[in-house]
Amino acid sequence: MIDAKRRILLKGSLAAGAVGVAVGAGLLTPRAVLAAWPEAAFTADNVDAALNALLGTNTHETSDTIKIKAPDIAENGAVVPVTVESDAEGIESISIIAAGNQTPLIASFDLGEGALGFVSTRIKMAKTAEVVAVVKAGDKIYSSAKEVKVTIGGCGG
Amino acid sequence: MAKSIKVRAKAKGDVTTVKALMSHPMETGLRKDKKTGEVIPAHFIQEVVCKWKDATVMTALWSGGVSKNPYLSFKFKGGAKGDTLDLAWTDNKGESETATVEIK
Repeated sequence: MIDAKRRILLKGSLAAGAVGVAVGAGLLTPRAVLAAWPEAAFTADNVDAALNALLGTNTHETSDTIKIKAPDIAENGAVVPVTVESDAEGIESISIIAAGNQTPLIASFDLGEGALGFVSTRIKMAKTAEVVAVVKAGDKIYSSAKEVKVTIGGCGG
Repeated sequence: MAKSIKVRAKAKGDVTTVKALMSHPMETGLRKDKKTGEVIPAHFIQEVVCKWKDATVMTALWSGGVSKNPYLSFKFKGGAKGDTLDLAWTDNKGESETATVEIK
């Protein structure tokens, strides 16, 4: 009788062990799933390096066809609403950069077929800095910048 | 996790405007816990994919620099009332969530 119980206990712990291994393996896979996420660009600590990693070049023309809507003064750097609009033709991607952040590249939007040159989101800003919008249209890269004054930092607080 | 994506899509003329609000902590991995002084591990949405009729209209690649409970809005041509729109996000821990909405 005691022996039988021991068997059951052993089986139970073996099963638990197998589940643990499966979970461990499961935790390792997400990295592979998101292979498209440009880690080098998002971890770069300056604007030029980030653009190089993201678009393959850091040369960009300043263009006034890109409109950035962001507050002049942001009271709370943790939530800064930013809207980027551009009517350039054949836009492939729009990237938003906060030049003063530890990792300046914040977001990159790949526009599919039919998508208009318009994105709006909310970003964190560590300090007063320029918000740069980089638009890739065809083989050209355009940019535009707007300074946002931040009175309370969003990163690290 | 409970349903945490709110999406609204509205067609006006031939342009559809999509607005989405997701609830997510969006930790950068740089912030420290004020009490313990330990770094709070990064936990943020990396990718948001929006599909209309099986065509990807928008892929957003994000870092931890996007605000907590992120808001996203964009526009695309096409899309009629009654069409469905799928929105899905994946974060750096491999968690994901999807939402489907009808264009109004």
